[in-house]
Amino acid sequence: MITSSTSARRSRLAGSTASAAALVVLVSACGGTGGGSASAPDNFSYLSVTENTTVKTALTTLSKGECKTAQDGLPLKVETVPQASLDQKLQLLAGQDALPVQFAAGNAPALTQQLYKSGKVADLEAKLTSLGVFDQLEPAAVSTIKALYGGKVEVLPYEYNIEGIFYNKKIFSANGLSVPGTWSELVAAAAKLEAKGIQPFSASGQQGWPLTRLISGYLYRSLGPDALQAVADGKAKLTDPAYVKAAQEVAALGKKGYFGKGVGSIDYDTSMNEFLSGKAGMLYMGSWALANIADEKQNKVGADNVGFMPFPAVEGGKGSIEQYPSNVGLGITLGAKSFDKKTGAWVSCIAKNYGSTALKDQGAISGFKVNTPVENSNEVTGQVRETISASKQNVLWFEALFSTKATTVSQSNAAGLVAGSLSPEKFMRTVQDALAEK
Amino acid sequence: MHRVLGDRKAVLILLGPALLVYSLIMLVPMVWSFGYSFTEGNTVEGFTGNGLDNFQRLFSDPAVRDALWFTAKYAVVVTVGQVVAGYLLALLYVFFLKRASALVRTLVFFPVVLPTVAVGLLFQKFFQVAPQTGPVNSLLNAVGLDSVDWFGSAGHAFWVLIVMDIWRSMGFYAVLLFAGLVDIPEEVLESARLDGASGLRLVRHIVLPMSFPVLMSSVIFSINGTLKVFDSIVALTNGGPGSGTTPLTLYMFQTSFTYGDYGYGSTIALLLTVVCLLVTLVVFRVSRRDPTEG
Repeated sequence: MITSSTSARRSRLAGSTASAAALVVLVSACGGTGGGSASAPDNFSYLSVTENTTVKTALTTLSKGECKTAQDGLPLKVETVPQASLDQKLQLLAGQDALPVQFAAGNAPALTQQLYKSGKVADLEAKLTSLGVFDQLEPAAVSTIKALYGGKVEVLPYEYNIEGIFYNKKIFSANGLSVPGTWSELVAAAAKLEAKGIQPFSASGQQGWPLTRLISGYLYRSLGPDALQAVADGKAKLTDPAYVKAAQEVAALGKKGYFGKGVGSIDYDTSMNEFLSGKAGMLYMGSWALANIADEKQNKVGADNVGFMPFPAVEGGKGSIEQYPSNVGLGITLGAKSFDKKTGAWVSCIAKNYGSTALKDQGAISGFKVNTPVENSNEVTGQVRETISASKQNVLWFEALFSTKATTVSQSNAAGLVAGSLSPEKFMRTVQDALAEK
Repeated sequence: MHRVLGDRKAVLILLGPALLVYSLIMLVPMVWSFGYSFTEGNTVEGFTGNGLDNFQRLFSDPAVRDALWFTAKYAVVVTVGQVVAGYLLALLYVFFLKRASALVRTLVFFPVVLPTVAVGLLFQKFFQVAPQTGPVNSLLNAVGLDSVDWFGSAGHAFWVLIVMDIWRSMGFYAVLLFAGLVDIPEEVLESARLDGASGLRLVRHIVLPMSFPVLMSSVIFSINGTLKVFDSIVALTNGGPGSGTTPLTLYMFQTSFTYGDYGYGSTIALLLTVVCLLVTLVVFRVSRRDPTEG
């Protein structure tokens, strides 16, 4: 009896010691630096944002077609997170040394640069040159990337976008409107639509950036293409009257109800849907929207009824409507440690084939060369492609040179600015304060 | 029993695993985090010591002041709401519904088991103004009032949050307090009734003092939970509009994980810990008073 109880106690003790030891192992495994970023990856893992479906779809298509060989060596595995949680996810993964092979590199170039400086992101110019495919990148896209990322190619141009205002041609002609060339013409057109009971602009206040883009658009037209570089260099402040004026103009649009009700609750898809279902006359958006415009399921007004105009000029301003805001979409990059031969095979294949695949299947324009000629699926795609190839000088967007914090502050307060709960002065001061922090 | 508890080895074996787990997942990270508050940087860039800079920044940061004020406001309103609503429900169960209360108790408890995110989405749809008009705004329109953009201003969003959190948790406090109320001996209530106490007087002089300990537990429970509120705000407003409904917890989270400033984030966490500690101490001090006197 005594023996059995002692042995039972012993085995219990052994059991608890074992579980404690297991726990210690578990905890130390979690905190370790081994992580998932082994030098030889098992998958061509790709972390992106839920909102962006273009790249995911095109890569999947490539994996079954042109990039079949690369796929056999290293199967594509896509994971997505909501765009708003991307930065957090990246910080945590980077901390654990568990970044995927390819990933969306953060909502602000600042984070990408941080990752690059700490050796987590590959030097893509060197890698692509050694693979012999650097010439597959459009020079305009390379120069935009370099402008954004301190002279380095830290991301791939899966998208090459110019931004402007898409408008509903049918609504415009039915109301006797011509394409506005100046800001005051734009405001007048909006007033006319509002009077007719048509919502002039569709914009996602939840995302915030479609609203702050209007501020930067105004600034580039009124103060010239260096307007925001001057802020980044400390030569000007967002609280300077000329800068506040831009926020006032945009807030005035909101005050008049031109963005519709509850703009802060409108998410990206809803705003796109409002425009594509003909409920709103105009949509400030990048050329990535061409994919949505070409999609008959989404676009109820028909691709032929969508027009594209540059951000209008500001009377007496230093900028020109020829200067399009351009970007490479959400920067997508590759991890430095997992960049091996098999990853290289994928990257070479992407560089050679992505441009035509994305354009052919989805009408999406990238910064990769289009090696197989693709006919324009609709007029507006042709117009945008011509504009891109003809554009000589490009500008960036409002938060392009901001820190991660200032970017968040700017985008999360934009809805308040147009809803009237935050004055233009207060908005610009809040963003400037966030910028002033290191 | 005494022999077992007197045996040091037995005590060690009984307490050891729990203590180990507690230390590993609670104490070690706390000490670690305290250490981080004297540094700047993040896991991407690495950490460098910066002395007391974070603490200086903490006292001069207007965002901390706003978040602290919001946290306090939220904690007080929700705690009062939760406990009062819970207590009223418990009184209803015990004195009015009596044995028939099981169904109502289950129904009122139901939101407690729903995931916060689901409740957040539910309330978003409930109060939305666009793209579709939600039920609340439809109701306002029906009585001739204009729609309100509930999430467009911090003031309105705050009240939606309050309503949501009270609705979500009052069932839990009702059950907790119900357990306290059914513990009051029937004889005491009976003799009070014989002495002529009824209705409010019975509650004020007999029920309230006798359920005071469990009421205090509820308050401590509630205030600590509400000071650390995170999930329901993230699900409903994500701290917006702007930073209008950002409590300390969310500001800490954003600072650490979005802005990549772990050091300052840890300092904010430390502030939150101190606040929780102080509030609990105050509540304990107050609850030591014997309510049956005076």
